Amino acid sequence: MSLTVNWPRLLPMALPALLFSASVAAETPPPDNPIANFVLGNGMEVVVIPDRRAPIVTHMVWYKAGSADEPPGKSGIAHFFEHLMFKGTENHAAGEFSRAVAEIGGSDNAFTGNDFTAYHQTVTPEALETMMAFEADRMRNLILTDAVIGPERDVIIEERGSRIENSPEALLGEEIDATLYQNHPYRIPVIGWMHEIEKLNRTDAIAFYDRYYAPNNAILIVAGDVEAAAVRGLAERTYGLVPRGPDLPPRIRPAEPEHNTRRTVSLADPRVTVPSFSKSWLAPSYTTASPGEAEALDLLSEILGGGVRSRIYQSLVVRAGIAASAGAHFDGSKLDQGSFTVYGAPRGTAELDAIEAAVDAEIDRIIDQGVTEKELESSKNRFLRSMIFASDNQASMANLYGAALATGGTVEQVRRWPEKIRAVTAGQVRDAAKKYLGVDHSVTGYLLPSSTGRE
Amino acid sequence: MHLAAKKISEASVMTRTSAARLAVALGLALVALPADAKVQIQEVQTESGITAWLVEDYAVPMVTIRFAFEGGSTQDPSGKEGLTQLMTGLFDEGAGTLDSGEFQVRLDDAGAEMRFGAGRDTIYGTMRMLADNKDEAFELLRLAVQEPRFDPGPVERIRAQMVSGVVAALKDPEAEAQIKWAQAIYGEHPYARRDEGTQASLAGITAADLHALHQAVFAREKLHVAVVGAIDADTARHEIERLFGSLSEKPRLRPVQHVDWKLDQQLRVNYPLPQTTLQLAFPGVPRDDPEFYAAYLMNQILGGGTLSSRLFDEVRERRGLAYSVNSSLVTHEFASGLVIGTSTRSDRAGEALNVILDVVRRMAEAGPTQAELAAAKKYVIGSYALSNLDSSRAIAATLVSLQVEGLPIDYIDRRAGLIDAVSLQDVRSAAARLLSAEPAIMIVGPVAKQENGG
Repeated sequence: MSLTVNWPRLLPMALPALLFSASVAAETPPPDNPIANFVLGNGMEVVVIPDRRAPIVTHMVWYKAGSADEPPGKSGIAHFFEHLMFKGTENHAAGEFSRAVAEIGGSDNAFTGNDFTAYHQTVTPEALETMMAFEADRMRNLILTDAVIGPERDVIIEERGSRIENSPEALLGEEIDATLYQNHPYRIPVIGWMHEIEKLNRTDAIAFYDRYYAPNNAILIVAGDVEAAAVRGLAERTYGLVPRGPDLPPRIRPAEPEHNTRRTVSLADPRVTVPSFSKSWLAPSYTTASPGEAEALDLLSEILGGGVRSRIYQSLVVRAGIAASAGAHFDGSKLDQGSFTVYGAPRGTAELDAIEAAVDAEIDRIIDQGVTEKELESSKNRFLRSMIFASDNQASMANLYGAALATGGTVEQVRRWPEKIRAVTAGQVRDAAKKYLGVDHSVTGYLLPSSTGRE
Repeated sequence: MHLAAKKISEASVMTRTSAARLAVALGLALVALPADAKVQIQEVQTESGITAWLVEDYAVPMVTIRFAFEGGSTQDPSGKEGLTQLMTGLFDEGAGTLDSGEFQVRLDDAGAEMRFGAGRDTIYGTMRMLADNKDEAFELLRLAVQEPRFDPGPVERIRAQMVSGVVAALKDPEAEAQIKWAQAIYGEHPYARRDEGTQASLAGITAADLHALHQAVFAREKLHVAVVGAIDADTARHEIERLFGSLSEKPRLRPVQHVDWKLDQQLRVNYPLPQTTLQLAFPGVPRDDPEFYAAYLMNQILGGGTLSSRLFDEVRERRGLAYSVNSSLVTHEFASGLVIGTSTRSDRAGEALNVILDVVRRMAEAGPTQAELAAAKKYVIGSYALSNLDSSRAIAATLVSLQVEGLPIDYIDRRAGLIDAVSLQDVRSAAARLLSAEPAIMIVGPVAKQENGG
């Protein structure tokens, strides 16, 4: 299984939405199968997103347990446990589930993020109930022995080697997160620190399983060629039979103190020839923001550095011609605080300092003068149309709803995202820049060439 | 990754009453199925003779078009490597009377997304647009296809970005290894060259080179088009003719020779990395070879994408030697092969290599079991629709790939039968043919200190 550690961003914005919002509605009538949302008797939330174009179903179970929910000193257990979910249960031998998926040409996988762990299969509609039965079975019936734990820990160690240790960019990224978040567990990498991964054991795995893997801590998302009523019946026959687990306390993690310093993290590596920088700030997420603020940050990142028409790209890459790449990015898909990042790399003989200064100048210009109505409108339209494009892919829709619900959002919030985006004013975008992008509490990362190191 | 794992683009559109569905119901692979009323491919022919495949679908108010011209980076003149890639970076940088900025603003206002790219054998373009604004979107695409400007400013900028990419990879051992690998496998063939060019080759490219390449490749004869979405056949026919009808009929392509991979050699890139990467190359089969489906099934069992291949079981599940290990068939237009790759802890790289070679030898000598073949058939038949039909973009890409490979419009209906007809003996024969050769092996990592059979 090619398991993913970090949450892949699917769209330029954090939350998805319904397709046919007023201003972008086309000649087509709205879908006759609206999204359904209900809760089973044992507390498992269900979202059904019908898309009847092809006989394909995406089935996902999201657990509200990610790396930020790990006990201190056990970094990597959420992700390690995700791997262990592919081992045997009381009812099925190891590999049986994946073979059942493969036999019908389906695909299955899983991923772990800061705030969630998700398991998913793409299959034909006939196979949906079988998938649900397997998934419900491994929610509680996994058999974890030292014989399966040992080799899988070796796999995780190699995974860390492939993803992180082999990559200067990834190593620097870990250190930037560990510096940006001073107290909150988002400072710890999802895959875990090597010295802690090496010590993870069966007791840790079972404790994590027993605490978090229960229907009342899970969300079922089914997207594709299905009807909500039928999915409800199938869910009740499978997941509905799993007993409710103990009530979990609210997900309250250690909070960030006030940030009052400007911090710098550098990594020099002989594999690097073109230097680059990034600058990050803490910013509210869609869950923690006051009304409209996360939407304003999304639009700010789009206007500042969201693509080839953005200010940073036009100024540094096109007009001044000093950067090979440059842009901005807002991560608002978090249960707790998110982050805002700008980045750039020089082209030709330009100095990295000049790139950083020019990016800073673009931020200052928005703080001083705000954004124009035209660029605000264009950015909003880009977001709104990206939702139509997203609705072309059932897996994208499933992912967007799953991520929103696992980070404290609701179906209704997702539905209303387009109108929230439309309501953002130029003043709110400027205020967001002013409030969150002060250089005196930023973390700058430098990836630099180094002359030494080759054997 | 220069040579790694180009997935077979053997593709189709699937129907609601699909091979996968029946295969599930009956527990075995089945043959031709009726096309479904909802997802039907229509053939559309324009007045200038362009044939396109269309899937009408009004569920989402958008239209996707994808097209490909045969002739990719192999068309770069010697010494001007990177020309094709540079050209594909410039189609949204000014066309007709619009300069770069004007073009991009109009494209953005139209709500359309346009992308061009190139592989070794084709140049492709794709656009997705809102159904409401498709007239303006098609007009901008027409300008890009017919009248790209290649203005000095954008040319210099995109060239500089490509040079930055080349420079950034100069000291990267993985990039160095892939360059070395391509040269060792392909020798003097154009496939050995770097699609992205070199600092020297990029520096020598002029606007005249770009216009000449555009003129030579953008022609109707080797053009393949697919349209998917909220558009009817007459409108699609009209738009396709407007997009491409005025191009010249025949392209002027440089001839490219077929080439066999040079195997039976060992390459090493020594670098103090925490992991060692192994890459092995064996012979392959061309897409139109009678044994293609047998080889395809054999590769699936050996190390294809599922979580139950022989390599996955032996290297990862049993021994925990690697996070990922896989094999893939490579089918370029002028070369084919089978590649196996993994990354493993350096002190056990020797063990991992031995395990891989042992799995290969056993497959070459005895082939798969009947049960493995049956499972692989089910997977290969069922997965086709699930991974080729899950969005308009995927459908459009699939339909263009089918056309590039010269497959018929009813291939979808016939594909399950072609796979089902492969016998165990066929797969054994394909295994022996591909896997008995001495492979090319590349090892990238620290100098071996204690490699052993562990």
